[in-house]
Amino acid sequence: MNRLLQFMGTVVVFILLLLGVNLYLSHSSGAATSDTLTIYNWGDYIDPDLITEFEEESGLKVVYETFDSNEAMYTKVQQGGTKYDIVVPSEYMIERMIDEDLLHPLDYAQIEGMEHLVPEFLDLSFDPGNQYSVPYFWGTLGLIYNDKLIEEGSITSWADLWNPEYSDRLMLIDGAREILGLTLQSLGYSLNTKDLNELAEAEAKLSELAPNVKAIVADEIKMYMIEEEAPIAVTFSGEAADMMWENENLHYVLPEEGSNLWFDSIVIPKTAQNISGAHEFISFMLRPENAALNAEYIDYSSPNQTAIEEFIDEEVVSDEQFYPNLADVEHLEVYKNLGLEYIGIYNDIFLKFKMK
Amino acid sequence: MTEKMKWSKLYLFFVFILLYTPIFYLILFSFNEGGTMNHFTGFTLEHYSTVLQDSRLIQIVVQTLLLALLSSLISSIIGTLGAIGIYYVKNVRTQEVLLNANNILLVSPDVIIGSSFLLLFTIVGFQLGFVSVLLAHIAFSIPIVVLMVLPSLEEINPSMLKAAEDLGANGFQILWHVILPNILPGILSGFFMAFTYSLDDFAVTFFVTGNGFTTLAVEIYSRARRGVSLEINALSALLFIASLLLVLGYYYLSIYSRRMKKVKRGVAE
Amino acid sequence: MNKKSTQSTMLFPYVLWLALFVFAPLLLLIYQSLLNIDGQFTIENIVTYFTSATYITMTIQSFIFAGFITAVTLLVSYPAAYVLTRTEHKELWRMLLILPTWINILLKAYAFIGILSQSGPVNEFLETIGIGHQQILFTNFSFILVATYIELPFMMMPIMNAINEIDPSLIKASHDLGANEWETLRNIIIPLSMNGVRSGIQAVFIPSLSLFMLTRLIGGNRVITLGTAIEQHFLVTQNWGMGSTIGIVLVVLMFIVMKLTNNTPTRKRGGR
Repeated sequence: MNRLLQFMGTVVVFILLLLGVNLYLSHSSGAATSDTLTIYNWGDYIDPDLITEFEEESGLKVVYETFDSNEAMYTKVQQGGTKYDIVVPSEYMIERMIDEDLLHPLDYAQIEGMEHLVPEFLDLSFDPGNQYSVPYFWGTLGLIYNDKLIEEGSITSWADLWNPEYSDRLMLIDGAREILGLTLQSLGYSLNTKDLNELAEAEAKLSELAPNVKAIVADEIKMYMIEEEAPIAVTFSGEAADMMWENENLHYVLPEEGSNLWFDSIVIPKTAQNISGAHEFISFMLRPENAALNAEYIDYSSPNQTAIEEFIDEEVVSDEQFYPNLADVEHLEVYKNLGLEYIGIYNDIFLKFKMK
Repeated sequence: MTEKMKWSKLYLFFVFILLYTPIFYLILFSFNEGGTMNHFTGFTLEHYSTVLQDSRLIQIVVQTLLLALLSSLISSIIGTLGAIGIYYVKNVRTQEVLLNANNILLVSPDVIIGSSFLLLFTIVGFQLGFVSVLLAHIAFSIPIVVLMVLPSLEEINPSMLKAAEDLGANGFQILWHVILPNILPGILSGFFMAFTYSLDDFAVTFFVTGNGFTTLAVEIYSRARRGVSLEINALSALLFIASLLLVLGYYYLSIYSRRMKKVKRGVAE
Repeated sequence: MNKKSTQSTMLFPYVLWLALFVFAPLLLLIYQSLLNIDGQFTIENIVTYFTSATYITMTIQSFIFAGFITAVTLLVSYPAAYVLTRTEHKELWRMLLILPTWINILLKAYAFIGILSQSGPVNEFLETIGIGHQQILFTNFSFILVATYIELPFMMMPIMNAINEIDPSLIKASHDLGANEWETLRNIIIPLSMNGVRSGIQAVFIPSLSLFMLTRLIGGNRVITLGTAIEQHFLVTQNWGMGSTIGIVLVVLMFIVMKLTNNTPTRKRGGR
């Protein structure tokens, strides 16, 4: 029986060793203060230097937790096992969280720097008057194609996806709202429609797209496009910027028919413990130099006008695909929270499409 | 015979090549100057220095390993005892029910396990954090331990147990001196499978974690939207090399000590 | 009655686990499956499931794929496990078998994407030997290959253990009686390692029914399994009722598989 004891002993020794290291690490990293600010954000979605700087400036210790989807984040916040002070959801989820009374209204007396934001990005339908949210990053949904495989300039609209030439060449993002939304827009309807006739029409149109589809994937679409696994893909502008950075043959197109305008915004959940710290953090992130640093780290489009004009690299900002002149683009629609019933209907249509 | 052995060795070699190809691929690209895992553009150690400077990531690794070791140790103990218990149950129907119940968590997708554990913890008012994650990991690791231990148990020669009983050994003695030594390979397999489950789990951990506790898997998955950087490759390479050295070291140490004992006792096998 | 009491102490933590982490969540699951999205009691979920062509096709697909993955894994594993048990240093080999499973599965999937992609090493190799570029990703082949890769250790372990535990004197006796390698394998080793094979099948088939990440990552959502549907319902449509219903269907399917593989430990009283 010696071997079993020996083995268990070794395991226990390792456990104790790790406990020691962990204790050492949490002591050496944690400032003496016990005041913390708990941030819940997408993984790798903030420049870590900014966190360090904020900790030094405010004297707060930042606890940083990450999520990988809005819905998973929602479940956690709603169940309330952890008290998050700052969360960064997307706009349709913010609307839902407001409806369900999960968010703490912002106190503008404690926030500095709202004037830096692009005016068009304030007071939108998902949060009238920005009572609950401050934009963090924004972008559009569009097409990306590889000019080695597709002639440059030959793709300009959603309707081009249905071109029979592209049989088995499209890569789609795995999202019912996105794919059904672009189909609706290509038909001239709103991507927030609750009209069942329009949806039925979109369903029929969508099924015609099936022969062109090579794969329906999620975040890995970035890898696939860089590897030139497919010539055309539907993707978000932020992802597209990353792809183009890695592969210079790729081009992003904002379709003629319009697109989805998305936001990730900072909110404070009702369960937050450190309300004043949260406001302090929002002001910190609104400072143009910080917003610029963050935008350069993440490569997404910043909503901070001053940062765009004064701090971010001119070459980046002048790119019309990522910083379009908002007045020029028609039908940029923001997702509305459709309610669970319609989310179900959208997803059923999409699931049937995927099964084809 | 030797011809046959050669072929079988060759086959084994291929299986292991298959097992290790993606790992070596990962490690190779941890030295890639470019940012992705496709085209190797040049050699760099930059990703390694990023890892070593990232104290948050290092702490996550330490917490992940701590969690995995603790949960697999505890689940091995509970699972092994449970498997022996099941084996001893006289009634065949009860035994069947227990076995079916054992496999329910294996068949349930992680999201279901995660969300229902989250509901359970919040209903009871349990604070989310290291302990809740530990409990969840123990919970989903137990069935795999049972599954690994049972076949070993079934191979024990019942006459051996009978003999021990006749010699007046009590339940504990039989367990300690007869059963456990015979099922050791099963227990070890169970332990390592539990360790694997714990390291790999994302969905369950995600739901039941809180208050700053994160594991490596959660961190990696939540980075997917922005693209998993080669820093993670470098980290995995370091962990892989470390565990490889550990395994080799442990193995040679145990061979060495066994040989020493044999020499001392003058036992020849 | 000493033995009896040791036995119940041994089972106690296990039964406690069953109650808290298996039966309680199972009850919760059943309760949820009876709720619609508005939180009202209904049986509409189960009705939807059985009347929807989508779900039925999906179930059949999941079954076929899980079966296929299990069969391929078994075919690859059994000979490998058999050879492994005959080598020296089998403890070391066992550890080397487990080691790859400690690397995050998402990373390994990404590595496979790199390896199998149009510009990856496999295609480059095919190009140089004159076969030319092939579409490997998003095919059933690549999906089954990667799934097999992931499941391989879970199948090999129990089989190795089972073969290991076979009394060497039996094999020796078989040889002494003039049986060759193959006959010994067929008549002694395979029948006596069936317990390990059963464990392996359960450890692979059951989780394969609910694979979801690989179906998207490697399969490009060309294959949709029940796992995908459950994930959708829990994380996208937030229709936990429907998700739970499919979860229960999975549990029931699992019972059927268990019945088929007939895993009741049979005591071989003096059988040897």
